[in-house]
Amino acid sequence: MSKPAATSSALLSVRGLKVYFPVRQGGLFGRQLALKAVDGVSFDVRAGETLGVVGESGSGKSTIGRAVLQLIKPTAGQVVWLGENIAGFSRAKMKPKRQSLQIVFQDPLASLNPRMTAGDIIAEPLDTFEPGIGRDERRRRVEEIMAKVGLLPQMINRYPHEFSGGQNQRIGIARAMILRPKLIIADEPVSALDVSIRAQIINLLGDLQKEFGISLIFISHDLAVVRHVSHRVLVLYLGKVMEIADSTALNARPRHPYTQALLSAAPVPDPTVEREKRRIVLQGDLPSPLNPPSGCVFRTRCPKAQAKCAAEIPKLEPRGGSADHLVACHFPD
Amino acid sequence: MTDAAARQTSRYVSQAPFQPEDDDAANVPNPPNFMARLRAQRLAYLAFGVLLTLYAMLPFIEFLAPYDSETRNPDAIYAPPQSVRLFHDGEFRGPFVYGYSARVNEETFKREFTIDKTKVQPLRFFCAGEAYHFLGFIPANTRLICAAPGESLFLLGSDRLGRDVLSRVLYGGRVSLTIGLFGVTISLVLGVFFGVLAGYVGGWVDTVILRIIETLRSLPELPIWMALAAALPAAWSPLWIYFGITLILGLLDWPGLARAVRARVLALREEEFAIAARLMGASPARIMTLHMAPNFMSHLIASATLAVPAMILGETALSFLGLGLKPPVTSWGVMLNEAQNLAVLEVYPWLLTPLIPVVVVVLAFNLLGDGLRDAADPFSR
Repeated sequence: MSKPAATSSALLSVRGLKVYFPVRQGGLFGRQLALKAVDGVSFDVRAGETLGVVGESGSGKSTIGRAVLQLIKPTAGQVVWLGENIAGFSRAKMKPKRQSLQIVFQDPLASLNPRMTAGDIIAEPLDTFEPGIGRDERRRRVEEIMAKVGLLPQMINRYPHEFSGGQNQRIGIARAMILRPKLIIADEPVSALDVSIRAQIINLLGDLQKEFGISLIFISHDLAVVRHVSHRVLVLYLGKVMEIADSTALNARPRHPYTQALLSAAPVPDPTVEREKRRIVLQGDLPSPLNPPSGCVFRTRCPKAQAKCAAEIPKLEPRGGSADHLVACHFPD
Repeated sequence: MTDAAARQTSRYVSQAPFQPEDDDAANVPNPPNFMARLRAQRLAYLAFGVLLTLYAMLPFIEFLAPYDSETRNPDAIYAPPQSVRLFHDGEFRGPFVYGYSARVNEETFKREFTIDKTKVQPLRFFCAGEAYHFLGFIPANTRLICAAPGESLFLLGSDRLGRDVLSRVLYGGRVSLTIGLFGVTISLVLGVFFGVLAGYVGGWVDTVILRIIETLRSLPELPIWMALAAALPAAWSPLWIYFGITLILGLLDWPGLARAVRARVLALREEEFAIAARLMGASPARIMTLHMAPNFMSHLIASATLAVPAMILGETALSFLGLGLKPPVTSWGVMLNEAQNLAVLEVYPWLLTPLIPVVVVVLAFNLLGDGLRDAADPFSR
């Protein structure tokens, strides 16, 4: 998949996004704590580009997607969509925005109503936003998008359980695409699929992006996938951004020790390089977001950690050689 | 993937479009639907057939019953059941019954009836019997079976007023079978409404509804029925009493269904496809009706079916205690109420016949409900 050049106008600007979940510790009468799932995340998505969001499970990457869609109300921060801050919008105020802001889920089968046919599932956004169109037009549009995502029109009356995982994900993509949205949030769209199917779905998303100029937020725990599909990559750790950079720049020279560790773990399809590669193995698990480490959240597992890291929270600053390459580290490479 | 990919590889790549399912797309068998899965449950399907037959009989009770439910025959008090026979003295006589001979018991001063094997009384079919109004407005007098002219026919015996037990069981079925359905309908409407409200809205609404449900369920059933039934005005006509009892049974039954619905809604609203619908901009009403209802309806039908026998038993119990329906309305419970006396039972056991349809119907509903539940969710087992 080739990556078309992204234009620079920001479609979506997220500023200082925080999502805290109240958690009660110690049974019924315990203290109420805030689980900081997303803690002050800022990023832009430009028209026609793919922003990759990588992070371990529990890093808050899915929460970001859900907070942008207002499925989870952000605790603080702005979600500026086409120049309008939609953070905290009610269901009714959010509805017109949903037309151009769609989502593709991780589990293709679970995200499709088992009692609805593929055609009805794909037509769902059409039914809510353009209920006036006739039966023939509705069918025509559904078949058109089915062809676009690589489904045969005669599959229109089948139910999700009659499809394979990859085909179901195509249905999910067709549903997200039918209204020609401006941004699709793909929340781990290939994680539940067989490895052999992943490339097909990734290529399909790329082809659709090329054809319709949509933007994508591609959420995944797999840096190998993300760096392949994304124009820019956002590396998330414990609800905080570690590094945002152009995909090529990040690949060539990751600055943050966490990104370096992730990249060193991602396999390279070249045996000589792969054999030579130095792997950075991180010790331990992700710390609890209920009780994050002081200073830099990554310091507990960082090979470069020093006293300053525990004392001071590193700011996300352009320390990677270009204004676009932001790193949150006291001792970047 | 397409042209570009083909050009990059040196090996042969077919340029023909890949159409893996071209031919057999139409041959994919449909998954077994709800009815097909129910049919696979032999016992449940049989129960379904039995119930369907019973309910289909209800409009034709007047035709099927030899007598009206209130027709008295003072000459045949507590007459024993007559059985239908075909041969008399080894000779084929067609379907007939033996008549009664009455004798006054010198000790008890009661008339006792015995089957007199000399009186051959051939049965008549599709004959002119007592006049009735078919469906309430078409005057008719054709009945399926009549006694020989001038004689009487009590296939299941007669009661203390000389009324035909068979006819009364048939007429009673009309009340007993429908009261369960109406009660369940009321309970279903209330249960779905409150269950969906609690499950979908959540928050304090959920808490309030749950507390009401718990309170209602913690009340002892029988005394509450009795209290409510006793509160029905005595001046009400039997029809109003009938609806009153239905209402009481329905009002006390909905919490169970509401709870089941709430649980399903709670589970479904967290399902990804419901979240997807929400994110596609679907309204709550659309999510409820299109995405949730089809996914819990079959479960609900199964629970409702299992609630019907409880209603029938409830009516029977209330009427047996003399608090439910009262004569002249006939239900199985009312009939059993008249069979309370142990002494009566010893001498006239045929008065207990209404128990047989109660058991059959309750059993059938339970079997059907179990079958429906399994058919509704083939993956649950």
